[in-house]
Amino acid sequence: MPLKMSDQSVILKNARIFDPQVKLDKVTDIQIRDGKIMDIGPAGAFKGKSIDCTGKIIVPGLMDMHVHLREPGHEHKETIRTGCNAAAAGGFTEICCMPNTSPPIDCRSDVEFIKERSAGHLVDVHPIPAVTVGMAGEKLTEMGDMVEAGAVGFSDDGRPVATAGLLRRAIEYAGMFGKPIIDHCEDPSLAQDGVMHEGRVSTALGMPGIPGIAEDIAVMRDILVAEYTGGTVHIAHVSSAGAVRLIREAKARGVRVTAETCPHYLVLTDEIIRQFDTFTKMNPPLRSETDQQALIGGLKDGTIDAIATDHAPHAYEDKECEFKEAAFGIVGLETALGIMWTHFIDKGILNLENLVRLMSVRPREILNLATNKIEKGAVANLTVIDPEAAWVVDSAAFESKSRNTPFQGWNLKGRAFGVMNRGRMIFPV
Amino acid sequence: MQLEIRHLLGLEGVSREDITLILDTAESFKKVLERPIPKVPTLRGKTVANLFFEPSTRTRFSFELAEKRVSADTVNFSASTSSVLKGETLKDTARNIEAMKIDFVVMRHSAPGAPHFLARCLNSVIINAGDGAHEHPTQALLDMMTMREQFTSLEGLKVIVVGDIEHSRVARSNIYGLVTMGAHVGVCGPATMIPRQMEDLGVTVYPAIEDALAEADVLNILRIQLERQKQALFPSLREYRNLFGITLERLDRTGRDIMIMHPGPINRGVELDSNVADGDYSVILDQVTNGVAVRMAVLYLLGGERQKLEGDDHAA
Repeated sequence: MPLKMSDQSVILKNARIFDPQVKLDKVTDIQIRDGKIMDIGPAGAFKGKSIDCTGKIIVPGLMDMHVHLREPGHEHKETIRTGCNAAAAGGFTEICCMPNTSPPIDCRSDVEFIKERSAGHLVDVHPIPAVTVGMAGEKLTEMGDMVEAGAVGFSDDGRPVATAGLLRRAIEYAGMFGKPIIDHCEDPSLAQDGVMHEGRVSTALGMPGIPGIAEDIAVMRDILVAEYTGGTVHIAHVSSAGAVRLIREAKARGVRVTAETCPHYLVLTDEIIRQFDTFTKMNPPLRSETDQQALIGGLKDGTIDAIATDHAPHAYEDKECEFKEAAFGIVGLETALGIMWTHFIDKGILNLENLVRLMSVRPREILNLATNKIEKGAVANLTVIDPEAAWVVDSAAFESKSRNTPFQGWNLKGRAFGVMNRGRMIFPV
Repeated sequence: MQLEIRHLLGLEGVSREDITLILDTAESFKKVLERPIPKVPTLRGKTVANLFFEPSTRTRFSFELAEKRVSADTVNFSASTSSVLKGETLKDTARNIEAMKIDFVVMRHSAPGAPHFLARCLNSVIINAGDGAHEHPTQALLDMMTMREQFTSLEGLKVIVVGDIEHSRVARSNIYGLVTMGAHVGVCGPATMIPRQMEDLGVTVYPAIEDALAEADVLNILRIQLERQKQALFPSLREYRNLFGITLERLDRTGRDIMIMHPGPINRGVELDSNVADGDYSVILDQVTNGVAVRMAVLYLLGGERQKLEGDDHAA
């Protein structure tokens, strides 16, 4: 059982403390008091209650900028509280929640509701309200009012911002508050009623496909609008090789576009759908190996800024059905770090600095939030990683209310040892 | 002889030995069908539930007849809409019916993989009678049986499937089965109806019908569905007929003998002209007859009563 503490003072002993933002990388002790970093090292300098972190790595608290918390409206799938617990278990100290609840998050009181419901939890929840009222793709929401209440960006996630004209106005308007529009890029006329990636596997299975260009065309539109307005757009859950190429080219000519991808696109392809397992159904869909390699290339060269989970909890019955009828989406908060560590860090494809940038530094920069650095006097917002922890994914043990993971039974290496934020912490005894 | 497979979910991955065993057994059953009393006691005491979530006349009739010819008891369930729309899940519907003690489920469903899903939640033997645009294995088996009657071997046979390949379960099962049996399979149809990376299934794509006719031993002609016009997949039936319709003139121009097959129901004058459908090279009604024999064989071989084969006088 994890130990939950909110002590006034604690010392994390003998960890590798790593923060590329302040060029910090050394094994030492760190003293935390009243939720702030009192001092870093030298080893053995501090007296008092301590947690032995030998062999562990302390990094700036991880942030998942794309989470579906389901409350209000679908509390049987997830609540703000269970979602926060899942985030903490997965090593995240901050998450952003998407607006496609019921009703959608589209006004100040909705934003306040989320802030109130999550208050007092270790995990900070940053709402990303809808771009349009009711996510209906028509009228802009009161973005100014919502930013004041804690909104960090805007999205009609689950569907794209309906038209280029609307996106233009949304980017211009949100830009006044320094917040990005986060777009789910999918051209509906190309995606139609598709349920998986269009390609070799959909052809073999006779399943309606969502082609890669459904994503690419929407990404191209967004890039052109961002370029024209000089505003900022963030591309959610990039999954296609075409999108990676377009974003890379746009960045090279100075367009203010940023992008995220998700762990599942990096370790799974559409081949796995041959089993008709509904836990492999999400939107955008798992694509081909070519797409996967392009995404990994995008992570390495910085085209893709962030790793987000697109954590999408669904109830048992939403997935225990025909593939075509099953809900889109999988949970990801509790497996993301393990997947990234096992398949990218441990294999040397990405390094620790890449990971910290992708999962902590860049998400905050994209959303124009204050930096989170490991330095004297800063808020102690930290994730402690155990890089050697070998574990098996067991969805029955998830903190999340939902179990829809394609990673059940996977052997992973590396997971969160503990998290700490604003004086609250969760560490094993 | 026993099948390696426990269910018949599709022909993808089914071995040459299994397909051959089914076809051989079907030939024996075809002889049974020619007797004055066309019935064997093979599956007496077994119960088959026919779950048809999509409308079907021919396939359903054929299965029911096959079930009666092997003396199985049958119950029928039909729903014109998906179980999800009805409010009950497919799993619940199927498990409720299974709880009434049945041995086989024959299912037609609009969702690819629905029978595979059912095979995971039931103990019964599952036979796929068509799952969306994915597979229709008994149709392909009866097609292969019909081809084999005419050509003795499927090895090296050139079979071209014509029409809306993208939305066709008949096409996919034909491809999987025939490729396994060593036939050369081609597909021909409007570019809008040929799915992506089709060649990966081991087939040749013929953009023009003339090129297909120049090489085919067998044409398996698919029904063109009018509603595809709404999806902008083709402009009109008239244009479809002009470009891909199988007419006597087209066939005559080749100067070749080409066997004509169609899974039915035919749009006469669209994908296939009447004088071809009813002509000397048409085996369309043989297909229908063989359908019953193939389905008897599948039920029998999956029925787990293999030891009876020796005693049954239908064994060849």
